[in-house]
Order: sequence, then structure tokens, then C-alpha cells
Amino acid sequence: MKKPAKPEVREEDFQHPVEMEEELAMFDHPQNVKRLLYGFFTCVVVLLAIDLFYHKHAIFPWEGFFGFYSVFGFVACVVLVLVAKYILRPLVMRKEDYYD
Amino acid sequence: MINALPPAVILIFGALPVPFLRGKAKAAWMLLLPVVSLVNLLAIPEGMHWTAAFMGYELVFGQIDRLSLIFGYIFHLISFISILYALHVEDDVQNVAGLIYAGAALGVTFAGDFFSLFVFWEMLTVSATFLILARRTPAALGAGFRYFMVHVAGGLCLLAGIILHVQQTGSAAFGFVGLDGLASILIFIGVGVNCAWPLLHPWLTDAYPEATITGTIFLSAFTTKTAIYVLARAFPGTEALIWIGTAMAAFPIFYAVIENDLRRVLAYSLINQVGFMVVGIGIGTALAINGAVAHAFNDILFKGLLFMTMGAVMYRTGKINATDLGGLYRSMPWTCTFCIVGAASISAFPLFSGFVSKSMVMEAAAHGNLRLVWFVLLFASAGVFHHAGIKIPFFAFFSHDSGLRCKEAPRHMLLAMGIAAVLCVFIGSFPQFLYSLLPFATDYQPYTASHVIAQTQLLFFSALAFTLLLLSGIYPAEIRSINIDADWFYRKGGRLFYGLADKACNGLNNWGDRVLVKLVPGLLSRFFDEPGGNIQKHGLRLLAGASGVTADLGEQEDRIVRRSRTAAYPVGGGVLLAVLFLAVMSLLFFL
Repeated sequence: MKKPAKPEVREEDFQHPVEMEEELAMFDHPQNVKRLLYGFFTCVVVLLAIDLFYHKHAIFPWEGFFGFYSVFGFVACVVLVLVAKYILRPLVMRKEDYYD
Repeated sequence: MINALPPAVILIFGALPVPFLRGKAKAAWMLLLPVVSLVNLLAIPEGMHWTAAFMGYELVFGQIDRLSLIFGYIFHLISFISILYALHVEDDVQNVAGLIYAGAALGVTFAGDFFSLFVFWEMLTVSATFLILARRTPAALGAGFRYFMVHVAGGLCLLAGIILHVQQTGSAAFGFVGLDGLASILIFIGVGVNCAWPLLHPWLTDAYPEATITGTIFLSAFTTKTAIYVLARAFPGTEALIWIGTAMAAFPIFYAVIENDLRRVLAYSLINQVGFMVVGIGIGTALAINGAVAHAFNDILFKGLLFMTMGAVMYRTGKINATDLGGLYRSMPWTCTFCIVGAASISAFPLFSGFVSKSMVMEAAAHGNLRLVWFVLLFASAGVFHHAGIKIPFFAFFSHDSGLRCKEAPRHMLLAMGIAAVLCVFIGSFPQFLYSLLPFATDYQPYTASHVIAQTQLLFFSALAFTLLLLSGIYPAEIRSINIDADWFYRKGGRLFYGLADKACNGLNNWGDRVLVKLVPGLLSRFFDEPGGNIQKHGLRLLAGASGVTADLGEQEDRIVRRSRTAAYPVGGGVLLAVLFLAVMSLLFFL
């Protein structure tokens, strides 16, 4: 009498796999990523240039400065990332089992 | 009298038959409930309805005005979307808890007195706890327990405030309170717990990412937004709220940048968005209150949408950490698209819903000449784009290819996300529909050239910073870790307290056990075995010790014991004791 083989525990049973033909997707092509980046950089430059050509309705005086929002957005994010990475993370990061 | 039911009734009582229904009937019943409930709400005219006398006070179950109505509408809308999203869930604990939770939120919203408000407030806590516990992992059990304890404490604070307030004013009516005196401070803090104010907030970032996939959608909509509603009614124009809200908008974005669990990133950004609303209520002008309410309306939709997309990812892949995900745009293109719509909405891109409401709060702050607040909010606007707008879609759907290949989300989930996404774009493109529902009439124009260009510049240059930091490798890599937050105080502090309590109470207990249970009764029973003999023996020992003659002490003691055992005393120990007792009594009496 042969013992029935134990059903194998497969990782697939817990995920919902599909067979996909592994064609390269859109962003697998480096030239597409490059195109996207160049498109984005162009947008950024155009947006900054627009600042010269329209009249601003500002509540605070500094809102009328050239490129105020652009510079603020850029600097804010750089500061945010640097503070989070170099100040907050060393203070608060713990191993995943810290509370166990 | 009107032919309608109190707004909370249909969802709460409609939840009761759910465990007895199966299959399609159950799905249809659950989807129908919010629809019927909304139709019922629309049939109620503005005013005070369903009043009842209670211990000399008046209970009101239907305070219907423009402020409560707009919250009523959005709560129905998100209930329908959440139920649709959760249609596959077989677990009736979640189904029932979700419906009661939504019903309780309606109960708070339309309560016209503090007593019924408090009852629904506690109902929110209990049903939400079940939505967390229902995931049934050890982490979820712990988080659910902590959630419950924090909210019970907040609820007690609220109750104490309510009782004092009712005592002082003689009325239980729920209306403007204003920050003035102990009663109002207690109410203020009790509401603040549910509103996730800084230091009172960690229940949110602790519990929401541990709840079930579908439970989190419910959770993200109701608890904080009912708190916003209560603040908008009871504390508009309270200056403290401006500073609390500013702190709320600012600090979570730093955490969100370094957090690995993407649902926890969303939980932090939820606090950040609620911060904008709290600032609006604190400023208290018509424009600011309108902005706060409109932003609550929009946030329920886009935050729900973002949680739904992350839930779908989790449902299909079983993973939620940024370190495990990436490249999913191949497998889940629709979910990815909806996520980007949600991300654009929360970041306040023109034509998406966040743009038309966040700008109202910003402008109200500018009109009030609150420079610092305005700068912090602008910083938070750039920051929210950074972590919720870019980080969430980028790390889940793009970034490096994680190799995960899965199916697209199930149809009902896609439908729920689709409805929310369409609404985000619709409100962003045609804001007058939302504006017409706001508590104060407004002709606010979000789409001015200055405003559109300024916001687009802000967002594009934030994105530029992200891109450059990522390309240069400065952007912090995601790390498997946890980041401690204010919950440290009760998670580690709680353990310390537990340890101390264990030492102190159990120590006392052990000492009592040793002395009072084992030692003393043993001694007493040995003594009263032969009381007469023992007294003589000890007397003898004392004498012997005093006189120094101890030679035949043992022999004498033996003799005493023997005599005592054989009851050789004509008067036994009992009589001896009785005489002693009488002697003591008479002494006491004459003294």
C-alpha cells in the first residue's frame, strides 16, 4: 500500500499568479525612462519660464518673487529628505522586533 | 412628524441580519443599506428631529443642518464604496462591525445632544476595534488592544467633560462650546484623541496598518472625520487648533519618508491631511471652515482610494513593505492608474480634488496673515506630494522590479476604486457641486492662473527634487525596520509599569502569602494546640534566660508538655485563657 504523497505547500497557492509572457514592459526599456525624464525636465524648465510672462495675484509679497514656488518646492523636499534621513532616522529607527 | 428614520438607524440595525444571509442575497443587502439610508437622509428636512426626554435633559437624534448634512452625504458615499470593495469578505465579524461603525459615525454626526453623541462615540471605538482584531494576527491583536485602551481613555475624558459641561450649563444640547474652563478642556482633549493630535496620534499609525485589508478603508474614513465634525461644531475659531493643526500637518511627513510599510505611510499622511482641516477650524472664518469641511470630504475619497489600491496590492501579493514591492504596473495596470489618480488628488494637482479644498485653507491662513502657519502648510503641501504622491505609487508599482507577477485586483475592488477615482477627478474638475453643499455659501474660485501655475510649480519642483535625489543615490533606501513614535511611552512605558506593578503587587502578595497564610496560622495553631502548656513553657524559658539557669530546662519543658497532653491540669488551657481574657477586659474597663 503506497502512502499518498503529502500535498506540496506551494507559495503560489497564497498569491494569485498568472502566466505572463515576459515581454519587456514599458519602463524596462532604458530609452523610455530616458524619454520620460527628458520630458519631465523640459516641463520643469517651461514652468519656471512661465513665471516671467504672467501677472500674479499675490496675498503675501514674497509670492510675487520670480520662481518663489519653484524654489520653495525644491528646497522643501531636499530639506525634508535630508532631515528625515540624517536626523530622524538615527533617532527613531529600531529593529523590526523591537517591541516583541 | 416626518416619515423617515433617524439617520443612524438603518445601517446599525441593517447590520444585524447580515450573519444570517448568504451569497448574492448578502451582497445585495449590504450594498442596498447605504443607498436606502441615503434616500432616508434626503427625505429629512433641516431642523431638530426625534427628541426624547432623558433624566430631565433632551436627547436629539436628528440635528440636521448644512454642517451635519455634508458629513452625512460623504459617510454614505464612502460606506457604499467600502462595502463594494469588501464584497468578497466572508468574515461576518468584519461585515457587521463595518456597518455598525459607519452607522455610529452617522449617529455622532446627527446627534443634537451630548449624551447620544457619547453613546455613538463609544460605539465607534468598539466597532473599530473589531475591524482591527478581525485580522487575527498577533500584531493585530496587540494593536487592537492598544487602540481600544487609548480610545477608552479618550472617551472617559470626553465623558468627564460632558458631565461637567452639562452640570454647568444645565443643558445637554450639542452646539458651540469654545475653549473656556475645565469642562471644555476635557471635551477638547477627548475629541483630540480621536482627531489624532500630536502625541495623542500613535493609535492611528499603530492600528490602521495592522487592520484587515478592507477594514482599513472603513477606518480611514470615519474616526478622524467625525472628530473634525465635532470640532467644527463645538470649537470653531479656537486659536489652539491652528497650532495643533500646523504641527499635525508638519511632523508626519518626516516619518512618512522613512517608513517602509506603505499602509503606514498612508496613515502618517492621513494625520498630515487632518492637520489642514484642524487649522481651518482653528482659523474659524467662513472660508476656513468651508475649506476644512471640503477637505474632509475630499480626503475621505482620496485617502480611501489610496488605501484601497494598497489593499489590492496586499490582497494579490501578500506584501505591503516597500522593500518587497516594485514593478507591479505590469501586473496591475488598473490599480496602478487608480493609485496615481489618488496620489494626484492628495497632492492637490489642478483638476484633482485636493486642489479645490486645500487651497481654501491656505488662502484663509494667508488672509488671516498667519505667516508661519502658511509657510508650514506650504511645506506640508510639498511634503505630502513627496511621500504620498510619489513614494506610494513609485515604490509599489515602479521602482525596481520585485519579480512579483500577480492578477489584477478582483472586479468589485476595481469598481470601488474606479468610483472613488472618478469622483476625485469630477470634484477636482467641477468643484461647484461640492461648494454648493458646504456649510457657508461661497463663490470661491480655485482656478485662477496664479494659483494653478503656483501649485504646479510647487509640485513639479518637488518631483524634481525627488528625481535628482533618487538618481544621485541620496534618497534614503527603504530599510526593514520600525520607527518608534509617541506610542513608545505606553508600549515600552507600559511594559515598565507592568514590571513595576508585577514586582510591587506580586511581591506584596507573596509576602502576605508567606506570612499571613503559611507562617502565622502555623504558629498560632501550634500555640493553641497546648495553650496552657505553651504559656508555661515560654514563661519558664524567660525565667531561665533571666536567671541563667538552663541546666534542666529541657527536662522541665518535657514535663510541662506531658502534663498538658494528658490534661493533668484540673483547669485546662481554656479556663486559663478565659481568666486572662477577663483580666484584660476588666483592666480595660477600669482604665
